[in-house]
Amino acid sequence: MRRGISVAAVVGVLALTATACGGDGGGGNDGAKAASDPGSVSGTVTWWDTSDATNEAPAFKKLVSAFEQKYPKIKVEYVNVPFDQAQQKFKTAAATGKGAPDVLRSDVGWTPGFAQLGYLKDLTGTPALDKPEDFLEGPLKNAAYQGKTYGVPQVTDTLGLLYNKELFRKAGVDKPPATWQEVKDAALKIKEKTGAEGIGLSPDSYYSLPFLYGEKSDMVDVAKKKITISSAASRKGIETAVDLVKSGAAPKPAGTDGYNALKTDFKNGKLAMLLDGPWATKEIFGGDAYKSKDNLGISAVPAGSTGTAGAPVGGHNLVVYAGSKNFDASYLFTRFMTDTAQQEQASTGVGVLPTRKSAYTKDVLADPVRSAYHQALSKAHPRPAIPQGGDLFTDWLQHYTKILTLKEEPKAGLDATAKAWQSALLKDYGIEE
Amino acid sequence: MATVVTTVRRSFGTHWYAWAMVLPVVIVLAVLVGYPLGKGVYLSFTDANEANVARTIGVNHIEATYKSVGLDNYWKVLSGQEGHFYSRLGWTVVWTASCVFLHYTLGLGLALLLNRPMRFRALYRVLLILPWAVPAFVATFSWRLMFNEKYGVLNAFLTKLGMDPVDWLGDATLQKVSAVAVNVWLGVPFMMVAILGGLQSIPRELHEAAEMDGATPWQRFRHVTLPGLKSVSGTVILLGVIWTFNMFQVIYLLIGQGASSESEILVTYAYRLAFQGVRDYAGSATYGILILSLLLVFAVFYRRMLTRQEAVR
Repeated sequence: MRRGISVAAVVGVLALTATACGGDGGGGNDGAKAASDPGSVSGTVTWWDTSDATNEAPAFKKLVSAFEQKYPKIKVEYVNVPFDQAQQKFKTAAATGKGAPDVLRSDVGWTPGFAQLGYLKDLTGTPALDKPEDFLEGPLKNAAYQGKTYGVPQVTDTLGLLYNKELFRKAGVDKPPATWQEVKDAALKIKEKTGAEGIGLSPDSYYSLPFLYGEKSDMVDVAKKKITISSAASRKGIETAVDLVKSGAAPKPAGTDGYNALKTDFKNGKLAMLLDGPWATKEIFGGDAYKSKDNLGISAVPAGSTGTAGAPVGGHNLVVYAGSKNFDASYLFTRFMTDTAQQEQASTGVGVLPTRKSAYTKDVLADPVRSAYHQALSKAHPRPAIPQGGDLFTDWLQHYTKILTLKEEPKAGLDATAKAWQSALLKDYGIEE
Repeated sequence: MATVVTTVRRSFGTHWYAWAMVLPVVIVLAVLVGYPLGKGVYLSFTDANEANVARTIGVNHIEATYKSVGLDNYWKVLSGQEGHFYSRLGWTVVWTASCVFLHYTLGLGLALLLNRPMRFRALYRVLLILPWAVPAFVATFSWRLMFNEKYGVLNAFLTKLGMDPVDWLGDATLQKVSAVAVNVWLGVPFMMVAILGGLQSIPRELHEAAEMDGATPWQRFRHVTLPGLKSVSGTVILLGVIWTFNMFQVIYLLIGQGASSESEILVTYAYRLAFQGVRDYAGSATYGILILSLLLVFAVFYRRMLTRQEAVR
């Protein structure tokens, strides 16, 4: 029996030591010190960066070491988390209170959802959010939930119409199309004269938004508590996209990996136009058709039948975990990373768009890609700031892919999406006909 | 009552060492299997989700606000109100049956081939076991590339032959066929090895005697080989059904996480409930318990059928 007891004792001791290790925190407080005496703040900040590990992360790591030089008492624990896993990983860590980072680079679509579940610290009025009036309006709106600001916009982006200038010239199209009708005409002309495909429409639901915005519609109307994806205006927008596929102006996208296939075709000059964001340009410049960078034209997304054009505002915020043990250091880090100088550096280094007006300096705008997207941003449309915002795309994706690959009628797909949203995500919303 | 206590005490007195030896396993199983299972059963009787369970965010402890809803979750799923259960179940059954059938027949065929004396037999065995050695997710991703509509090797081959490219993973029916193909490719080696082992345990004399008696090859296969494989087959088919029923990777990674609603099986759907949007712990637990019950019922009936057959012989 004695042996049994001693085994139990060892197990018990091990368990106690394990729990004791978890309780240790250090220097945590309420953020007052960061405002009054930033130099005295010490401790560790864990940052989950969701940027692309090969293309973007090195530039951000450089900024991290600059921060550590400025605040030698603060150590930054840099962790690169793949973007497509970060949302679930953060939720799991945040809910249990174990292993969550102090600062996270959160997609604008996730921010309200995290805030609603209580995972984020309200940053309104804290030293983390420096000079809020300097931020662009769209990104700042996307970081807010119920009147409070839960994130500091770090980078922003939007969609634009990318086109191959050489193919345009060969087909005799002299200016980028400004409406979907013009896109259709240009695409068919290019197809006939050069043999290249016209416009690439990604089957990913995010890329359906310009068609909705072009008809002055949206996925949901938050103020009126209405689901508007199946309204007549939205349907008209989606039918425009379907018409591009049916008429042959756009190749029928593949149901799986459709977006990547289109990007590859565009890169190699087999496709004349593509709707895409600034994140894609780095890869596109590696393609055969863009050995001379001048060959890539970028203009704003085309307008729908109402004459208005709109592209969604994307991007990332830096958010602070509500359970952070060191708010002071987290605030200072967030503030540093979103300051004008750092944004400028990240922008020229990686090609991302700054969120501060003051960061659009001559150097930043000298690059034609950035200046084109900066112009496109003026027509960009903030997405609904509701907790379910990021999840709307999941149901819509299934139907949009089917609609665009001509396997489902637009009306049936849109009605089914609206119903799915109402039954699972937006229970108190009505459906607009 | 008193006698029971004495019996227990006496048994403990004589066998305490056995109890002590078993204890670590019991603890580990209780922690790793018993606790999650109990918690899952409990959650399936509540309306718990990510927003109303107790959580600890830094220094804040948010109290749980979910409540018991009795059998409501089960009623919603089983009465069809929730809307996805029966269609998923139907496809899961078709998926399991077709995969296991192909696994078994192909595995049996290959095992019979490899069981005969021939040159390079060891080499063939190694080559045929390879798909099993590749991690399932790596294999699935490679197949996904091969199925790609524009750049996949399968369509390149078809166009070479002058046929139209096929949207393998886009069309609902083809999606299912593709998934079955990948899973069969992954699962045949295991069946082959297991059956090969079974074949080698059949005494040679039985075959020789049958041959002497003038039995045709088919008669020998039917009356000597198959009965000899019975115990191995029974076990591998039961295992195959359980594994395939819950084969998460192939479905989730091959067809993708987005446009796959019709090709989802019960487990991938339960995963979606648990990890999409505001996590629906209760709904996901309900699905988990239902899946477990289905498999338990199947296993019990299957075992009973096997023993009954044994008894008849």
